[in-house]
Amino acid sequence: MPVQRDFEGASGADSALEARLPTKTMSLNMGPSHPASHGTVRFNIELDGENIVKLDPEIGFLHRGFEKSCENVSWTQCLPYTDRLNYVSAMCNNFGFLSAVEKLAGIEIPERAKFIRTLAAELHRVCDHLTCCGAMALELGGFAPFLYAIEARELLWDRVAELTGARLTTSYGRIGGVDRDLPEGWEKKVRDTLEKVQEFRAEMDALLTHNRIFLDRTRGTGVMSAEDAVDYGFTGPMLRASGVDYDIRKAHPYWVYDQLDFKVPLGTTGDNYDRYYIRMMEMAESISMIEQCFDKMKPGPHIIDDWRYVLPPKPQVYSTIEGVIGHFKIVMEGIKIPKGECYAYTETPNGELGWYLVSDGSGRPYKVHCRAPGIQLVGGLEHMVKGSLLPDLIPTFDAINMIGGEVEQ
Amino acid sequence: MAENFQAITTRREEAQGFIERMVSRGLGWARKYSLFQYPFVTACCGMEYMSMAGARYDIARFGAEFPRFSPRQADLLMVVGTVNLKQAPILKRVYEQMAEPKWVIAFGVCASSGGFYDNYAVLQGIDKIIPVDVYIPGCPPRPEQVLDGLILLQEKIQAQSHKLIDRHPPEPELVRPAGRDLVSGVNK
Repeated sequence: MPVQRDFEGASGADSALEARLPTKTMSLNMGPSHPASHGTVRFNIELDGENIVKLDPEIGFLHRGFEKSCENVSWTQCLPYTDRLNYVSAMCNNFGFLSAVEKLAGIEIPERAKFIRTLAAELHRVCDHLTCCGAMALELGGFAPFLYAIEARELLWDRVAELTGARLTTSYGRIGGVDRDLPEGWEKKVRDTLEKVQEFRAEMDALLTHNRIFLDRTRGTGVMSAEDAVDYGFTGPMLRASGVDYDIRKAHPYWVYDQLDFKVPLGTTGDNYDRYYIRMMEMAESISMIEQCFDKMKPGPHIIDDWRYVLPPKPQVYSTIEGVIGHFKIVMEGIKIPKGECYAYTETPNGELGWYLVSDGSGRPYKVHCRAPGIQLVGGLEHMVKGSLLPDLIPTFDAINMIGGEVEQ
Repeated sequence: MAENFQAITTRREEAQGFIERMVSRGLGWARKYSLFQYPFVTACCGMEYMSMAGARYDIARFGAEFPRFSPRQADLLMVVGTVNLKQAPILKRVYEQMAEPKWVIAFGVCASSGGFYDNYAVLQGIDKIIPVDVYIPGCPPRPEQVLDGLILLQEKIQAQSHKLIDRHPPEPELVRPAGRDLVSGVNK
């Protein structure tokens, strides 16, 4: 039931004689199953007319016990759980988690595995940005850009399915590298697909970027200054839209990002339009990065050759006793990660994804904590929309691109 | 719970006259091709739901194109994704708000059985709280699988008995045993 509260001084015996307008704020409950919010979240909004006085986001509708579940399975079995954190860009999460595990174990992965990880993560980054921009257009009333985004995403997912066997939740990485090498003829297919994706991206760009309705809804709404964005712990496109030049791929390069030539697009005003436009620009950068990866890749092993961390090849398992034992130890006991703790972070489409891991030397994680990029963004939502109109909440929430899976671990 | 099942029973009532049967078939045909769905989207499967609404798989070909975001206007509830214990009462409430006749699809393993989230937070299948007509496996299912599930549901709807006017049996009245003190619980 919406509760109506009086403003101070508006009621009472004295003010009843003065002919004042009764001003009351209204409580509005939005969500958790609301058509204009992708991601289940409930907003308790206090409205003065049509202006937002107070906004209290309530999360927990997709809490799936991720951290606890990880403690009950082996290090490798955590991978499917990490896929489902940010399910639009599963491989970014997947490889991020593995980077943390490898940092803890002190493993250096082969050069080719680094290239494969980089290009696969960039493929999924394009998917994520397409989904975000498409959904943003959809929720502001434009259905056509959404259809273009989904079709482009379908093409990319076809390639992802050829690489990993799954469209969405891939579990492609392994400790020490990736599961398998690129399929034959895949590079050509990806290059062709990327050309088509560029066309779809250009189509979306033409429909949205100079669209009067879209501009009116997004320009100057949900503004966040650079200082506030840093204070609230924003990362990723949301931070860069406010003009802060911080991208982990540039600031602390991992995998092969230091060998690639790419630009980090920056915003100027920190409004929703900047956030949208940065994502569109990043897509183009990611596409060029994938092509650079293909150009620079050299043949080589895709996973390390260390039977403590990697399953021995099948011929060895079936013909040698060492192979059988190596296989048995990993399957039955799990991979033994040395005792210790570490924090490692990568740049996912929504921002910094950090992993704090504790290992007690057994085959299972002692503690897995995930610093998801989304939770800080939801935390800053009230600051962004306070005082503005209720309809401004929709593009602002879309630009955050809240993914329930990662926010509510 | 039993009265919910009554409207969606798959067995045709025995005593059905010729006209009734024709009416039932006609209504079944009309209903199966005009499903208005309420997408209860929570998690990963929502991405495949988006694909399904997109141009390539295009659920509109099966007459289930239009998502209605009000349960009062929908007759197919698609539960897409994980439902946890905090979400479960909301799902039940949404289901109860839908008008008869209504059908439910459990989209993906989380909705069907809890999936691999076998822990303290997650509802182990939505059929613990609401009746389900079609279960679609997969984590997440491919869009082809979803379309297959939809066709299954359409066949099921066609096979059901439909009436021009659905009369529900009256609610049983609460009978208080005479001579029993409800406060103390002692028979007088």
